[in-house]
Formats: sequence, structure tokens, C-alpha cells
Amino acid sequence: MNNFIKIKNLYKIFGNNCTEALNSVKTGISKEELLEKTNCVLGLNDINLNIPKGKIHVIMGLSGSGKSTLIRHLNRLIEPTFGEITIDGVNVLELNNKELLEYRQKNMSMVFQKFALFPHKTILENISYGLMVQNISEEIYQEKSQFWLKRVGLEGYDNYYPNQLSGGMQQRVGLARALATDAEILLMDEAFSALDPLIRSEMQDVLIDLQLELKKTIVFITHDLDEALKIGERISILRDGSIVQDDNPQKIILNPSDNYVSDFIKDINRSRVIKAKSIMTNFVSIKKENVPIIDSEMVLEEVLQEITKTKNYYVLVKNKKDKIIGKITLNQLLTGIQRPRKEIEKYA
Amino acid sequence: MEWLTKFPEMDRNGLREFKKTVDNAFTSFSRNYGEGIENFFDPLLSFLVGFEKLFLNTPWPITIFVILFICWLASRSIIIIAGTLLSFLLIGYFGMWEDTMSTLAIILVATLLCIFIGIPIGIAMARSNKVQALILPILDVMQTIPSFVYLIPVVMLLGIGKVPGLIAVCIYAIPPIVRLTNLGIRLVDKDVLEAAESFGANYWQKLFGVQIPLALPTIFAGVNQTIMMALAMVVIASMIGVQGLGLPVLRAISNQYLALGLMNGLAIVVLAIIFDRVTQRIGKRMQRYKSD
Ligand SMILES: Nc1ncnc2c1ncn2[C@@H]1O[C@H](COP(=O)(O)OP(=O)(O)OP(=O)(O)O)[C@@H](O)[C@H]1O
Ligand SMILES: [Mg+2]
Repeated sequence: MNNFIKIKNLYKIFGNNCTEALNSVKTGISKEELLEKTNCVLGLNDINLNIPKGKIHVIMGLSGSGKSTLIRHLNRLIEPTFGEITIDGVNVLELNNKELLEYRQKNMSMVFQKFALFPHKTILENISYGLMVQNISEEIYQEKSQFWLKRVGLEGYDNYYPNQLSGGMQQRVGLARALATDAEILLMDEAFSALDPLIRSEMQDVLIDLQLELKKTIVFITHDLDEALKIGERISILRDGSIVQDDNPQKIILNPSDNYVSDFIKDINRSRVIKAKSIMTNFVSIKKENVPIIDSEMVLEEVLQEITKTKNYYVLVKNKKDKIIGKITLNQLLTGIQRPRKEIEKYA
Repeated sequence: MEWLTKFPEMDRNGLREFKKTVDNAFTSFSRNYGEGIENFFDPLLSFLVGFEKLFLNTPWPITIFVILFICWLASRSIIIIAGTLLSFLLIGYFGMWEDTMSTLAIILVATLLCIFIGIPIGIAMARSNKVQALILPILDVMQTIPSFVYLIPVVMLLGIGKVPGLIAVCIYAIPPIVRLTNLGIRLVDKDVLEAAESFGANYWQKLFGVQIPLALPTIFAGVNQTIMMALAMVVIASMIGVQGLGLPVLRAISNQYLALGLMNGLAIVVLAIIFDRVTQRIGKRMQRYKSD
């Protein structure tokens, strides 16, 4: 199930009479040039992406890089100019109108940056919406909606209207509305960006907690690296409609593929993000006296504390099964915490 | 250089011929089809007459009670109820009860007609830019053409009577409801609409579940304006045979009866104020979810 969602050679060009522009784009014309020459806006440029089932896949990028455009192709709120999208073996672009509606009803739901709740419906009616659209009997959707209302911690708010709730609570409703349909795929377009930091972090925890239990395929858009690192199991970075790096979070920090990506990660507190397993050297050993053994998921900040406890200035690393799999020396640790040299020169 | 000072107009005979041709064409059209068209509007006539009879034959205390009850349902405001009661008592006391009932009947029927025709047109306009581009200029013409001008073909076709009056009122009063239905639907928050779409709602589910409910306050502002414009047409419509408060006003103008004109004029104003306040209250109550 590694290729649950498969995107192949996807292009999107906005504008009227822009089908011809596709050829120029394919020959490598830049976004600015295209706009100048033809008045067409390059939204997505040759996207190839595989998203595995049951994971949180983060898509990052600056404003205007095409994140919203990309995610809206998955449920075809935006039609592509060219390309292929297969989800769980279904060619999404070949669905006719009726099939598409049903596909949206059953297989994916979306959470929005500005919540996009229905202001004229009560909280419970909002949560029921996806089920109501499917003409499910009222009894069933009432029960399901009540369940999700409780699950996101809003018990008793059934008959409130959205504008009577705080932003954080509104997005809990947005989340419940999306989860209530039991869709396998959850699309979240900057779902927490409009919330203040404390509430945002709280919502991230809610999501992580739910995901432990639900194991949905979540495509999560953000422009906040901390958020991406906290919840993302894989991160794709978009720039001007192209994917510049698609990797696991640790690799993105340790090996940024270009300056755009290193720009993104330059302010990150590396010692709190990079994990022991990412910098250790593989090393099979038995336990040694006076040498601390740490967990491979430990972040470097904590490793530093452990390492200074010993005179040898190195630690052994164990995996979840308590087997020793590597070691980290003080030198390695310091290199890991330090920003790569070329970056330092650049920002000095 | 004569052509500079004198406009190169069509010659007299030609012009006369032109007008005559148009007139004759329309006369023969109305001679051939007038009756058919009249028959077509027959149900409307019986509807209107039925309404009028109902209003006139019901004992006045019951009528007042029903009106107050409807006002209460719509507005939930003691002040409006008290004002309405006082107004109708005064209208009755000054001998304008029957004319007021006739006017009420035609306003109600005209408004209902405008709602049933206008809202679907507004919806169609909101759905397609082409339809909008087609209908907007028609609405502009309907709103700016002097009402006397379109009375002419209506009267030629249908003669003098209630139905032509009703049609004249509707032509004059329908544009705001069409415009505001269109506007209200187009102004619905795109994000909210996108949310509905992302859950797989079809066109009708979006229309009736999201767009119309959210546009309802705007649509209701249109209903309010339509009623106001229908009331404004009452005097002109009475020129072609519509009963009601307009007729005495017309008589007062030609005979210089100041008191009669003022009284009936004020009765129209009072009706307008009641309609306005009540419908505005409904509009506000539709937006309750926005407050507190
Ligand atoms: N309907 C449209 N018509 C024309 N251009 C569009 C349209 N929608 C998006 N674009 C363009 O496509 C590009 C990508 O936009 P998109 O909304 O996907 O960016 P984003 O990464 O989501 O940005 P943000 O972080 O601001 O939400 C932008 O240059 C934008 O101007
Ligand atoms: Mg966006």
C-alpha cells in the first residue's frame, strides 16, 4: 500500500486559452516567463508524488507555491491541465459527474483554513452535513454526529451556531465534520494556520491522538515547518508549482536538496528536532559499563545531556526492541547540531 | 451646409408610415391573439378576484385579527402590532376600508407572482454569466422605462381591467427581487460553497441547502423592495381599472379634492410602512445565527 495515492506528470495552468501554454511549460519555461508571454499562471509543474496509505503526508511551500491547487486536484475541486491521479487503483480523472460526487462523499473529506462551516446550520447539523448529502437516514447520522461531537470534545454544543464558538472550537467542528463520513482520506488545507500558537499546538495534539486510533491517509498542508515536523511522517516541499524535495523529515533537515529548502529549515532548532537515529553510526555491541544507552528516537538536546554524564563522551543507541544498533560520539553530536557550513556562510 | 444645422431626419411620410406599420402590426396581433392571451390570464383573474372577495366579505374584526396575527408571526414586535392595529382602525373609521382591502389584495397577488417568477429567474442568473448578461439589460429597461409607456401595449392587448393592472404592477415591481436573488446567491461565501462541494453535494443540494438559505436575507430585502414598488404603482394602475386606494387619489387629482387625496395617499403610506417594517423584521430574524 505504498502508492495509495499516485500522482503522475500533473500540470495545472490557470487562465483562458492556456492549453497551448502546456507545451512551453514542458520545455521548461519558468512561471514568470509564462505569465509575461501568455498571461497564463503556472499552478502545478510536472508533479510526481506517491502518498502511502495510513500516514500523515505534509505538503509545504511558500504562499503561492501551489499547495492548495495540488490538494484540490485530489478531489477534483480543480481540474488538471494534464496528468494522472490514481487513488487506491481508481483513476480519479476518469470519474463522470455522478461518480465524482459519490467519490467525494465516500472516500475523502476536507478541512479548511478558514473553517468554512455553514453559518446557518447548528454545530450538530454542520457535523452531519457529509452524511446528510448522502441521504443517510436521520437516525444514523444523528448518532454518528453525536459521537464525533463528543470525540472532538464539544459535548453539549449541539445547538450552538458556528459564530458562537472560538476559532479553535470551530476547527474542531470542521474536523468532526470531515471525520463523520468515515472517509479514508483526509485533506487538510492549512487547517490550523488561522489559530493562535497555543490552540494550534493543542489541535495538532488532537489530530495526532486521533490518527493513532484512526490511521487515515492524511494530506496536510502547512507553511509552518514546526508543524510539519511535529505531525508529518513525510514531507514534500513545493516551489513555484514543482516539488523540490520529497523525503522524511529527518532527511530534509540533514540533507536539504537546495537553497530554497535550506531557507525553510534555517531557523529550526536542530537539537530539538534531529533524532539520535539520524546521526548515529551503525554499531553492533553489547552493553558496556559506564556508557549510557539511549533510545534511537531521542532528540539531540537530550542526547547531549546523556553524553556529558560520561567521561568517554559517547553513547550507545538502542532500538525499540532494546537491541543496540549504533553509537554517537560527541563530535558527531556537535556536527549534527551545527548548521551545515555553507548555510552559515550564507547567513553570516 | 444645411445638413449641419438641420438634423438629417427621416422624411415625414416615411415616419408616418413607419409608426402606422408598427401600430397596425400590433393591433392585428392583439386582435388575433388578444383573446387567447386573455384566456391565458383567466386563472390569474379568478385568483385575484377570489382574494379580493375574501378580504371584502370577511367581517372586519376577523380581518384585523388575522392581519395582526400574521404580523405577530412575522415580526414578534409589540410596537409593530400596536401600530398596525391603530392604522387599520383609523383607515376603517375614515371610510377607506374597502379600498384598502382591494389594494391589499392586488399587492399580495402581485407580490406572490413576483416571488414565483422572480426568484427562479434570479437563480438562473446566478448560475450562469450568460443568462445574467441577457437579463440584466432587460431589468434595466423595465426599471427605467416610464410606466405609462408600457401601459399602452398592455392595454391594447388586454383592455382595461384588473389583469392588465396586475401585469403592469408586476412589470414595475419584479426587478428588485430578481436582482437581489441573483446578488444574494453570488455573494455566498466561496469557501463555504467549496466545503459543500468537497462533501459531494450536487447542484440542488448546494442550492437549497447552502446558497438559498445564506442568500435569504438578501432575497428578502428584494421582496421588501418589490412590495414597496408595487404599492407605488397603485395610483398608476388605477388609471387602467384597478380598484383600490389609487382610484380616489386619481379622482382627487382631477377634481382638486385635497382631503380625499391626502387621506387615501396617507393610507397607502401607512400600508407601505407596515409592509416594510414587517418584512424587514422577517429579514432580520432570518439572520439570527449571525448575532449573539
Ligand atoms: N483560480 C485561479 N486562477 C488563476 N490563478 C490561480 C488560481 N488559483 C490559484 N492561482 C495561482 O496559482 C498559484 C498557486 O496558488 P495556490 O493557492 O495553490 O497557492 P498556495 O500554495 O495554496 O498559497 P497559500 O499559502 O497562500 O494558500 C498562485 O500563483 C496563484 O496565483
Ligand atoms: Mg492555499
